[in-house]
Amino acid sequence: MCLAVPGKILSITGDDLRSARVDFGGIIKEACLACVPEAEVGDYVIVHAGFAITRVEESEARRVFEYLESIGALADLEEPRR
Amino acid sequence: MKYVDEYRDPRAAEKFARAIRSLATRPWKIMEVCGGQTHAIVRFGIDRMLPEQISLIHGPGCPVCVTAQETVDQAIEIAANPEVIFCSFGDMLRVPGSNRDLLAVKASGGDVRIVYSPLDALAIARANPARQVVFFAVGFETTAPVNAMAVYQAKRQGLRNFSMLVSHVMVPPAIEAILSSRECGVDGFLAAGHVCTVMGLEEYRPIAAKYQVPILVTGFEPLDILQGIYMCVRQLEAGSARVENQYSRAVRANGNLEARRLIAEVFRVVPRKWRGIGEIDRSGLALSAAYAEFDAEGRFSFARQAAPKASECISGSILKGLKKPSECPAFGTRCTPEMPLGATMVSSEGACAAYFRYRQRSAASPAGASRHF
Amino acid sequence: MAQDFRLRCPLPAATGGTIQLAHGGGGRMMRSLIERLFLPAFSNGYLDAKHDSAVMRIGSGRIAFTTDTYVVSPLFFPGGDIGKLAVYGTVNDLAMAGARPSYLSAGFILEEGLPIETLESIVHSMREAAGIAGVELVTGDTKVVDRGKGDGVFINTAGIGLVGSEVEISPARVAPGDAVLLSGDVGRHGITIMSVREGLGFETSLESDCAPLWPPISALLEAGIEIHCLRDLTRGGLASALNEIATDAGVGISIEEAAVAKCEAVAAACEILGLDPLYVANEGRFAAFVAPRHAERALEILKTHETTASLIGTVGNRGPGLVEARGPFGHPRILDLLSGEQMPRIC
Repeated sequence: MCLAVPGKILSITGDDLRSARVDFGGIIKEACLACVPEAEVGDYVIVHAGFAITRVEESEARRVFEYLESIGALADLEEPRR
Repeated sequence: MKYVDEYRDPRAAEKFARAIRSLATRPWKIMEVCGGQTHAIVRFGIDRMLPEQISLIHGPGCPVCVTAQETVDQAIEIAANPEVIFCSFGDMLRVPGSNRDLLAVKASGGDVRIVYSPLDALAIARANPARQVVFFAVGFETTAPVNAMAVYQAKRQGLRNFSMLVSHVMVPPAIEAILSSRECGVDGFLAAGHVCTVMGLEEYRPIAAKYQVPILVTGFEPLDILQGIYMCVRQLEAGSARVENQYSRAVRANGNLEARRLIAEVFRVVPRKWRGIGEIDRSGLALSAAYAEFDAEGRFSFARQAAPKASECISGSILKGLKKPSECPAFGTRCTPEMPLGATMVSSEGACAAYFRYRQRSAASPAGASRHF
Repeated sequence: MAQDFRLRCPLPAATGGTIQLAHGGGGRMMRSLIERLFLPAFSNGYLDAKHDSAVMRIGSGRIAFTTDTYVVSPLFFPGGDIGKLAVYGTVNDLAMAGARPSYLSAGFILEEGLPIETLESIVHSMREAAGIAGVELVTGDTKVVDRGKGDGVFINTAGIGLVGSEVEISPARVAPGDAVLLSGDVGRHGITIMSVREGLGFETSLESDCAPLWPPISALLEAGIEIHCLRDLTRGGLASALNEIATDAGVGISIEEAAVAKCEAVAAACEILGLDPLYVANEGRFAAFVAPRHAERALEILKTHETTASLIGTVGNRGPGLVEARGPFGHPRILDLLSGEQMPRIC
């Protein structure tokens, strides 16, 4: 469950129930921002069924690759030479 | 697409796979809970990149698959009502009820419409004040906030012609039900990243501790799943049993507090029957008293429900990870995506459908042997 | 190889003996309806060849003859309308037999209450498309049905064209080793239609790829490319077209997913809606099966018409009727015919 896709906020409307036009790369769809009050124009949010469930934490986004670097180095050491 | 493509890099994926191969010294069975994870695993062939000792088992993470047959029958009955515009996610349309599915209702003239969001169903209700608009609210916790928002807005706008047929299910009770089964052979879990984006990590800690299993919360791109598997294997090799968050770009420990507040206001926790598994206590969500007027179960009356047909379908065992689709006597013969006996063959994430589409003919060729099922 | 034991009766039990939307979806159910009901009823060599057009010897020449019916909703969409589709669709079926399209007929089924202005727009669009495609509309028919019995307009077109004497294009000619080429990027039409559908709509500058396909095919023929088979992609997308050829030709087909071009908007829409771009509808694309020694030259020619044209795979003898796609990580998956329409999903 949980097809949710990251997109960039292009514009925000509404004060009470905020809603955003979100760009997924050539496709723009409306998403409800009610549960991501801190999101601003330019932020990336993850959208599920027309609803933003979180903001993407840019600093965390790199961690996967940093992690890979660290274990990659170890794995190279452990693997037998070909 | 940003935050998508970079997590599909084949070279990085191979590096993770190699690291997992160096790490694993013993056989481990890891269950991925979410249908989205299954989809990615099969689509990218992640299971084929893993060493022999690691087997991935598909769990009950498909809300479509686990929706009770009685609920599908209720949906069908409502949808067949000429006053009703019945709105649903596309996935539910081919799930078999006792004798037909929603698509068949549409074929016989029922106004059944696929929507991307319950908020679209709300718009349809506003545009059609003379008709009853019913939304089929299935899903895990990921979908609960948006379904909650739809009802919340319906109440604020005084939309009398809108209601929801609710069949929400929750992940942690299902994981517990699997772990507490005597036959369970699962060593570690990959938990659903988007469920945890909403709900956070806390509920999983007692489970990890009680059953001594590592629980890895992962995202849905190949690198996310591979990193999650790596982290899980690392814990298994070390004998730890912690909850770890691989999907930190989306998941915070407390989840999304706004969303949780909304869910708590609109829904209440109830027991829920999981198709193929049975009733699990405190595993479902239903509308709270303040929103009960929007419950389709209260708004419509139903004919006496047919008892679920006894059938050859073994989806229950498959959902619990106990059997593989190929072990089902009906698989590929009496049960196919075109003529499904159970929901695991209908849903695109269902184990049986995935196996049939992607691996069925490969079963004959040793090179294509799948370690996933 | 496994028998096709899955289909046991003309209409799957679940339908209860009525026509479902999936029967028109270009997938397994439509194929089953055709194979179990229509083909046996009318069986002859032309029908049994199961190509887009029938090619018949009349006098000293060979004529390709085809028909198609257009039931699209909405009637107007970015990049086209039902009229344009009706002309190009039939023109393209002729082109798929290697025939230069010449003449069309058009039958209109109009719903009572349809604004005449709407019909006018459609007809003008057809005139423009016919002009671009170089065909003349020479005969037609009009019927009106009661309000509520038709989606505004249904159009049937039939077309004829001459096939050159050396041209022999059909599934029967496909052979192991053939190169599989794709004339351009996929999914534009299907996603464009989605973008204007209620309940699924979104903003995009994407337009339908609806276009006449004789020009690139004519260029291939003129260059002496040995074309074995052509198939235009419509409902059911690339995967369905390849499945049809694989089954009709009794061969296996293997493609590289990464070689199938998709524009940004199609890729994004498929991610959001959970759709597989290989199954999304097209209206201006075709797959070509050519002799391997001509593959490079054929690709060059196709690229002058559509820069996104690509070489996507080859024909093998592994498993007749089997279509395989090597995914982004090099692992193969089977591209089966879908049982019905592909639905957007949330799971």
